[in-house]
Amino acid sequence: MARIDFEALAHSYAGADAAPESYALKEMTMTWRQGGAYALLGPSGCGKTTLLNIISGLITPSSGRILFDGEDVTHLPTEKRNIAQVFQFPVIYDTMTVAQNLGFPLKNRKLAPDKIAQRVAEIADMLDLTSVLDRKATGLTADAKQKISLGRGLVRADVAAILFDEPLTVIDPHLKWQLRSKLKALHRALDMTMIYVTHDQTEALTFADTIIVMHDGRIVQSGRPADLFEQPEHTFVGHFIGSPGMNFIPAEIDGTVARLAGQTLSLATRYPSIPAGTKVELGIRPEFALLTHGPDGLRVQVDRIDNTGRARIARVRLGGCKMSVTVHNYMTLAGSDAFVRFNLSKIHIYADSKRVESAHG
Amino acid sequence: MDKPFDNRAWLLVLPAFLIVVFTAVIPLMTVVNYSVQDTFGNNQFFWNGVGWYKELLDPGSELGGRFYASLGRNFIFSAIILALEIPLGIVVALSMPREGWTVAATLVILALPLLIPWNVVGTIWQIFGRSDIGLLGAALNAIGINYNYVSNPFDAWATIIVMDVWHWTSLVALLCYAGLKSIPDAYYQAARIDGASRWAVFRAIQLPKMSRVLLIAVLLRFMDSFMIYTEPFVVTGGGPGNSTTFVSIEVVKIALGQFDLGKAAALSLVYNLIVLIVCWVFYTVMTGQRAEPGHRAEGGAA
Amino acid sequence: MSTLPGRRLILAAFLVFLMLPIYWLLNMSLKTNNEIVTGLTLWPHQPTLANYTKIFTDASWYSGYINSLTYVAINTAISITLALPAAYAFSRFRFLGDKHLFFWLLSNRMAPPAVFALPFFNLYSAVGLFDTPWAVALAHCLFNVPLAIWILEGFMSGVPREIDETAFLDGYSFPHFFARIFLPLIASGVGVSAFFCFMFSWVELLLARTLTTVNAKPIAATMTRTVSAAGMDWGLLAAAGVLTLVPGALVIWFVRNYIARGFALGRV
Repeated sequence: MARIDFEALAHSYAGADAAPESYALKEMTMTWRQGGAYALLGPSGCGKTTLLNIISGLITPSSGRILFDGEDVTHLPTEKRNIAQVFQFPVIYDTMTVAQNLGFPLKNRKLAPDKIAQRVAEIADMLDLTSVLDRKATGLTADAKQKISLGRGLVRADVAAILFDEPLTVIDPHLKWQLRSKLKALHRALDMTMIYVTHDQTEALTFADTIIVMHDGRIVQSGRPADLFEQPEHTFVGHFIGSPGMNFIPAEIDGTVARLAGQTLSLATRYPSIPAGTKVELGIRPEFALLTHGPDGLRVQVDRIDNTGRARIARVRLGGCKMSVTVHNYMTLAGSDAFVRFNLSKIHIYADSKRVESAHG
Repeated sequence: MDKPFDNRAWLLVLPAFLIVVFTAVIPLMTVVNYSVQDTFGNNQFFWNGVGWYKELLDPGSELGGRFYASLGRNFIFSAIILALEIPLGIVVALSMPREGWTVAATLVILALPLLIPWNVVGTIWQIFGRSDIGLLGAALNAIGINYNYVSNPFDAWATIIVMDVWHWTSLVALLCYAGLKSIPDAYYQAARIDGASRWAVFRAIQLPKMSRVLLIAVLLRFMDSFMIYTEPFVVTGGGPGNSTTFVSIEVVKIALGQFDLGKAAALSLVYNLIVLIVCWVFYTVMTGQRAEPGHRAEGGAA
Repeated sequence: MSTLPGRRLILAAFLVFLMLPIYWLLNMSLKTNNEIVTGLTLWPHQPTLANYTKIFTDASWYSGYINSLTYVAINTAISITLALPAAYAFSRFRFLGDKHLFFWLLSNRMAPPAVFALPFFNLYSAVGLFDTPWAVALAHCLFNVPLAIWILEGFMSGVPREIDETAFLDGYSFPHFFARIFLPLIASGVGVSAFFCFMFSWVELLLARTLTTVNAKPIAATMTRTVSAAGMDWGLLAAAGVLTLVPGALVIWFVRNYIARGFALGRV
């Protein structure tokens, strides 16, 4: 059980002398609170696995410190850190039974056999593995193997945090949901810090209470799932969260008027803090932009309309800028001319990809 | 996993089947034929029934004596070879560099002895061990060890064993290295997190992952060491006395030296049978220990 | 992968152990016979290429190389060609006696060559192939065909059967499918089998020597000629020995980046 702090932490695989832009993980200071369920979300190569490996101690950071409950563990080896990790592909010890697999970390730590057996029984019960305890672990299904990997982490009473590195990659789709619910239930029952790496936003949104979006070695935003959806701090988050992603339209802002591709739009508020000389964009989620017959709203050309199952989404062009907008079920369209109406309270303005505060705060 | 049943597959196997029949079955029939006959000089054959087999299996007879003595040497030799080469090969494989140009260089040097014609291997060690012109022989004698593989049976054995270790440990090492390479990094990371010691990592991860290649290594090394002929023949010629005369050498001596075809044939067949039986025992014991449901059983026989 | 402590030392010691005898052979091959017999020198004091010159200018010497490489090439070609369809059959179908046949084929790898020396002599004399590269090439099929089938079967079983089925549905004929689609997929397996066929055919000598006298005599057997009335011609023997290492060394050099995967034999 622990709070984890990063102090000016950074890592480069090329060594500390490498150019700062080439760092796999740019300098960051942050706190992971005890008992939190975090999801680290980002595309491949964004540094999320590096971050995970720094927490578990498989990598020593090039600079900065990492603290567990205020104690510096930066140079402590993995085995002294009380971290459990579940990998992308199930790691099980082939020659051992399920029970021996679960007891392995305790055996390595020289616990008495009866203590081990007792603890293994508890964990097996928690993970529904009791019925297969005496089977060889090799013969089991992928989801059972992942549960064993997890169990080897849980079996240690002193575990500070459990790290998951895309643990559902090899699990059958219909079992993913089950396993995820199991994780969620375990998190509630055990009050442990859990950090879950994934590139799948659905997994992140359903598992975590805090989502951390990473991009190019940086944390671009962290917050509750709803915050990330409604108020992306960075255009990357807007693109990455949501399906389809947020629309960004190059804009000029003048008081409460926005000029978009030659048309004007009245905004609900002012943005006095836009820095001069930056690239300004207006961001609006497809969920908050509606296709209409007009006459008010912005004039657009409709390319096509997709039915995603949950909703109908129109792919439209506003001047040269492509957008996705919501189409009501009853709406029919003749020709390709139409209008789009924005929910003004859901508009955000971005300067050089970063969100700009409005006059209301 | 269920393969379709189709006897037309025989057509695909037929060419390979025929050539093996030609190279194996016909000669083997000849051997069987010889083994029940006696011969005097010019291709005159006489029926001898199981006479040669009786003599062969009777330790009191001249032939039987030679057979049991050389067979004993073979078993001792193979046991020593396996006891040395398997652990050494594993250690070498575990010591291999992970990356960089040294990997390729090490692999090339390791593989080199495997591609040297067997009598050249013998020649290399014959020269290397000589006390007058060989580095090893001269060095040992210089530090006061009276080493001479031509006259001293112990030295002859030591030379042949060291030669075989030199020649074949690489095969075990390369097989094990291939097995180790197939282990994903996550296993080592998980083991570190689980607090496993170096020895526990070896027992829990590396050894199990190597078990399939190790089975192949043990079978190949047993077969080839048990059938050894060329290298000791070149180095010691079976001597001093008969101390390094293995069954293969006896077979050739009796067949081509004395032209006792019947005796040689009977000896050959019994010899072949022993190799098969021991390989079968190895295979059964080693695969039986790790009964893996779902794994195909043919994995090891080489 | 995790490695042993002190591993560099262990490995270095073993590699030195492997290289020393080879170095010694090379060392001797560059010396005059006079230098060899008069005293032990760690490197050639009067280096000479005379031994090599003699081998390259004397037809009875260098034809040994040609003979050896000829039968090795023939054997490798036969073994792979015959093993490919057979391995496919074993990896894709069940058929009458398949398991017994597979084990019987493999059991030939366990037959001591010494057992076959004499019958081979008779057999190949009878069919008129004695003292030709074909005799040796065919004789080596005894252990190389089963080996190639076994290795290829491992690689083929790693290719999902759906690929075959899709190709047949797409209207490919079997030979067309095999050559155009399947063969490229198991190219590494073919390479590995060819390597092992080369290796075992190149190093085997008991059968090769029994089946040849003059015309097809392998180089390694020619080496015994260095014993003459004047005693051993050590320098020449060493030079011939060094030259027998060259083809093997070349082959290894070309496959050096595939050794690790190759020795997995498609079965790890």
